[in-house]
Amino acid sequence: MQNDSFIEFKRVSFGYGDRLILQDISLKIDRGQLVAIMGGSGSGKTTLLRLISGQIRAQEGQVLVDGRDVGRMNQRELYQHRRRMGMLFQFGALFTDLPVFDNVAFPIREHTSLSPQMVRDLVLMKLHAVGLRGTEALMPAELSGGMARRIALARAIALDPQIMLYDEPFTGLDPISLATIALLIKKLSDALGTSAVMVTHDVHKSLEIVDYVYFIAGGKIAAAGTPDEVRASDSPWVHQFIHGEADGPVHFAYPAQQSLAGSFGLEGA
Amino acid sequence: MMLDNLLAPLRHLGHSTINAIWKLGMMSRFLLAILAHSGQSLLRFQLTIREVYFAGVLSLIIIVVSGLFVGMVLGLQGYNTLSRFGSADALGALVALSLLRELGPVLAALLFASRSGSAMTAEIGLMKATEQLEAMSVMAVDPVARVVAPRFWAGVISMPILAALFNVMGIFGGYLVGVVMIGLDEGTFWSQMQNNVDLHFDVINGLIKSLFFGIAVTLIAVFEGFDATPTAAGVSSATTRTVVTSALVILALDFVLTAFMF
Repeated sequence: MQNDSFIEFKRVSFGYGDRLILQDISLKIDRGQLVAIMGGSGSGKTTLLRLISGQIRAQEGQVLVDGRDVGRMNQRELYQHRRRMGMLFQFGALFTDLPVFDNVAFPIREHTSLSPQMVRDLVLMKLHAVGLRGTEALMPAELSGGMARRIALARAIALDPQIMLYDEPFTGLDPISLATIALLIKKLSDALGTSAVMVTHDVHKSLEIVDYVYFIAGGKIAAAGTPDEVRASDSPWVHQFIHGEADGPVHFAYPAQQSLAGSFGLEGA
Repeated sequence: MMLDNLLAPLRHLGHSTINAIWKLGMMSRFLLAILAHSGQSLLRFQLTIREVYFAGVLSLIIIVVSGLFVGMVLGLQGYNTLSRFGSADALGALVALSLLRELGPVLAALLFASRSGSAMTAEIGLMKATEQLEAMSVMAVDPVARVVAPRFWAGVISMPILAALFNVMGIFGGYLVGVVMIGLDEGTFWSQMQNNVDLHFDVINGLIKSLFFGIAVTLIAVFEGFDATPTAAGVSSATTRTVVTSALVILALDFVLTAFMF
């Protein structure tokens, strides 16, 4: 139990049908560490998060969280596992029929039997932590994208999780909101001591806040290292990704399924 | 190639039959899941009460107004036909029996499906499309217990009450036309009804019908929402399917139930 790695992937493979998304992935995330998983769109980053939360199960290999295999948990164990976990969805996924207060109170009310006064105090504390204490009575539709993301963050940390999963937390935010969310993620990770996994393709902001980075490409880990190591990396792939170059080891053009001659029935002619 | 083209409709028929049976199986499993998770939602009854408000109370206007007009039309048509045979006195019985046995449960269920069933499908489908159901499940809260079961029970509870209200308004509409407008004898109107309507045979059976309709419509509505493709087009076609399937199921089920009951 004194093993420091809190989340561990051991030779994990996962695919939908014949299409393999993740192939033989092994990685470790230590207690209290904030780790970024980077890679292009469709590289299997979100799949990795879903494996940790147990929404999908690995077809091969093990996903260990605190020494327990998530893939072998039954429904009840899975729900117990999820109670220790917070997840920030790409677009917040706030309950649109509930005001901000009830959204943040939702996990607290569902999983504890605290008095309404306690719930209120907790919710206001969490809202205060994300700097939006004044918004408790607003409906999600009245919030800006950045605010909604922060409220969703407050909801995700409502029960002081041991694991935080962030699914593209920076997508579609203006620079100021983006910086705010990044700051909050860093602050919360430090304050709560959670192990956090952040899936993202925002390179620069992420490298500022995370402890370690894994790059995923083609379902495999293409590179890994601390932010400094990654910046100094001479791998052409990492270089292309970090500098956002259109062409390089990852090609600009999507490989054609069928040759042009083939689509006109001329192949072999 | 020719044979392939000829066989295509047959293949299509087979494909849709298998799909339909598969869906029926999924729906039965879904119903079992709802029942298995109902304990929790019945314990926290305020969740169900909230849904009764949205599905039932907010349907009152359409049910009350439609019931009134259907009753008035029944009064007019019934009077025209009955008076040809010199039995206009039986109008009260005609209005009450048609409503209690058939029109009340069936029309209320059709209205309920298009007003509340479609809303349930759209709401659950949109919750799915915006990852709210997934978020709930990741927060270790089962969406079937928290979102689906309360809506299901709200529908099952609301339907017979709405049908009963539809009947009351319909009978009142028949009274307005028959007695107030046409001028039939009030005593005859009510006593004919009293003599010919049996509490158990007509009233209770009608309510049992609407209970079955409530179960069917709400199950279809929540299932279609839960099963919807999480896109705008997916939610829209799921909503349409709810209304169409509910209407067909209500009418088919009505035939079966009538055959057994009366």
